[in-house]
Amino acid sequence: MIEPETLEALVVALRNRGYRVLGPTVREGAIVYDDVGSAAELPVGWTDSQDAGSYRLERRDDEARFGYAVGPHSWKQFLLPPRVRLWQAKRRNGGFEVEEEPLDDAPLAFLGVRSCELHAIAIQDTVFLEGRHVERDYAARRKDAFVVAVNCFEPGGACFCVSMGTGPKVGAGYDLALTEILEGGHRLLVEVGSERGGEVLDELPRSAPEDADLEGAERAVSGAATRMGRTLDATDLHGVLARNLEHERWDDVAERCLTCGNCTMVCPTCFCTSIEDVSDLAGESAERVRAWDSCFSLDYSHIHGGSVRRSGRSRYRQWLTHKFGTWHDQFGTSGCVGCGRCITWCPVGIDVTEELAAIRSNKEANDGDD
Amino acid sequence: MATSPSAEAPTAPGATAPRPFRVARRRRETKDTWTLELEPLQGDPLAAAPGQFTMLYAFGVGEVPISVSGDSTGPLVHTVRAVGAVTEAICRSKPGTVLGVRGPFGNPWPVGIDVGLDVVIVAGGIGLAPLRPVLYHVLARRDEYGGVALLYGTRTPADILYASELERWRGRFDLHVGVTVDSATAGWRGRVGVVPKLVAGASFDPASTIALVCGPELMMRFTARSLLERGVPADRIYVSLERNMRCGAGHCGHCQLGPTLICRDGPVYRYDEVAAFAEVPEL
Ligand SMILES: Cc1cc2nc3c(=O)[nH]c(=O)nc-3n(C[C@H](O)[C@H](O)[C@H](O)COP(=O)(O)OP(=O)(O)OC[C@H]3O[C@@H](n4cnc5c(N)ncnc54)[C@H](O)[C@@H]3O)c2cc1C
Ligand code: SF4
Ligand code: SF4
Repeated sequence: MIEPETLEALVVALRNRGYRVLGPTVREGAIVYDDVGSAAELPVGWTDSQDAGSYRLERRDDEARFGYAVGPHSWKQFLLPPRVRLWQAKRRNGGFEVEEEPLDDAPLAFLGVRSCELHAIAIQDTVFLEGRHVERDYAARRKDAFVVAVNCFEPGGACFCVSMGTGPKVGAGYDLALTEILEGGHRLLVEVGSERGGEVLDELPRSAPEDADLEGAERAVSGAATRMGRTLDATDLHGVLARNLEHERWDDVAERCLTCGNCTMVCPTCFCTSIEDVSDLAGESAERVRAWDSCFSLDYSHIHGGSVRRSGRSRYRQWLTHKFGTWHDQFGTSGCVGCGRCITWCPVGIDVTEELAAIRSNKEANDGDD
Repeated sequence: MATSPSAEAPTAPGATAPRPFRVARRRRETKDTWTLELEPLQGDPLAAAPGQFTMLYAFGVGEVPISVSGDSTGPLVHTVRAVGAVTEAICRSKPGTVLGVRGPFGNPWPVGIDVGLDVVIVAGGIGLAPLRPVLYHVLARRDEYGGVALLYGTRTPADILYASELERWRGRFDLHVGVTVDSATAGWRGRVGVVPKLVAGASFDPASTIALVCGPELMMRFTARSLLERGVPADRIYVSLERNMRCGAGHCGHCQLGPTLICRDGPVYRYDEVAAFAEVPEL
């Protein structure tokens, strides 16, 4: 067990080991992930109130450090940064020479990773590290990342990790896992998930957990599981979507969707990128930047003669069927971890759980899964 | 994370940064299409199997997927139709110009697996480029195959690629070459009509035939239909598909077609494995 104030010692211990410590902090009315120089920068006493198309910070009546759900950022900000230069090239001897960007492998420590987010990281690992080609920039950033996970006790209004089987209790893939307990005295249970996690914990002032602590931690997480803002019947969504590529709900949602791409930007598993090739005016040097892209843009599917997905209907369908359906074919899991970000940050409040329920309610779809 | 997932696994050479290749020869095929022979400034030549593609980079302009169109035992050859900024820059590249090459990427045509069968190659327009390496492969070991047919269609006679090579092939007794154009111009004495029509008249034994098809999507769909009507088994018809591509390595997401990523699972597919998706509009 550690005291809330000991989180400062944790930040210091991680920094002393050479990690760039990243964690939740309040910026411009939202809890975002950024460098945290001190545990005092954590969102102490803040929570987020979320619903379709709305997000609001509110004061809590306690000093909880992790009393919120998730904000617009996810850890992909750091593992797959929005813009990364891949290489630079210079003209030389009638040809050119390419110099790959030095890898940014400064070790990262993520403080406050939710269970859904651990699953999201694992999903991006599959995409970037486990195929025929390894994405070298992602691999370098990911390699030594130290993960301090937190169990949720305050799920958000858009959360549905229970339906997706991705939370709220942290499973595997962390170095340390925290459970914040508020009832009967503010304290945190720390669980060790790796050898180096144990070494860091050894440096912190701590006490052995008592039965009341373990029970309090258990109650905090199991309580969260019963207070999910959303639910989704995830049974065979892969089959349901594959059988309903021409469902009328696609027309209906296309009437509402602005194809702004917000949902893809905030989604912690969305990994699509584009490349931008630029050169200086003299044409002597050039470089390539990899930048986040969205399947909601027309350019995304452009081939000679025009875009493949011209209508908003087909672009929304691509997003939803990929996330919940064909992701299984491509990478062996669902592409959704139930974090609710896409619901909260959609400017018109489109809710994937509602859209999927409407598609499932089709008679034909139900034939496949009784 | 406690473990570092395969972060040490090797990145394929040239997966991220283009390798400089010099244009050794350039040849004009049609008004807008050029064939380039490329040699690396340094290091090993690029070994690509028929059906694979590279990401070809014009300095400072951009990068696009282009299939290999040469003999896989020889240098790297690409045939490029100028349709936009990048392909125009590539086609303008005179001998000596240096282009960037990443790859090769994608899965090859299934040549070499199905020896003993009749081979029917059906191409539309620039679609002949990715199929020419198959022809080289088959002709180099002609005894291993049954009948071999090349059926080719373009919009007009002026769009025919590799014209002198086609002439030579047409003269062979062990190869059937059928060429058709959508609309004839003065002096054309060949066939007029769409490629799928050639399938009906070509001689091959459908039950022991492998068919390889590349061209516009509509053309491939109708060709597959003709082949199926002739009795070619659905699992022996192959097509090569095209979508927007940015990375070639399965990471950028752009080339999705339903459950597949074309750069990873294609571009060559067994037709029956993608037909259902290829027919959903805007999928
Ligand atoms: C696997 C594969 C093999 C190909 N092989 C050949 C070949 O052998 N010869 C040939 O001439 N063409 C081939 N193409 C098509 C060629 O890649 C496009 O014509 C080319 O990308 C057009 O780029 P552009 O900038 O000149 O044209 P624009 O139309 O101006 O394109 C703008 C941008 O959109 C993207 N884009 C446009 N069309 C395509 C497209 N068809 N595929 C992917 N991205 C596209 C490119 O990133 C391009 O920079 C192939 C395509 C694929 C996917
Ligand atoms: S699809 Fe929505 S709920 Fe699912 S992981 Fe992405 S942002 Fe979260
Ligand atoms: S679903 Fe919402 S967030 Fe996503 S593109 Fe449409 S309007 Fe934007």
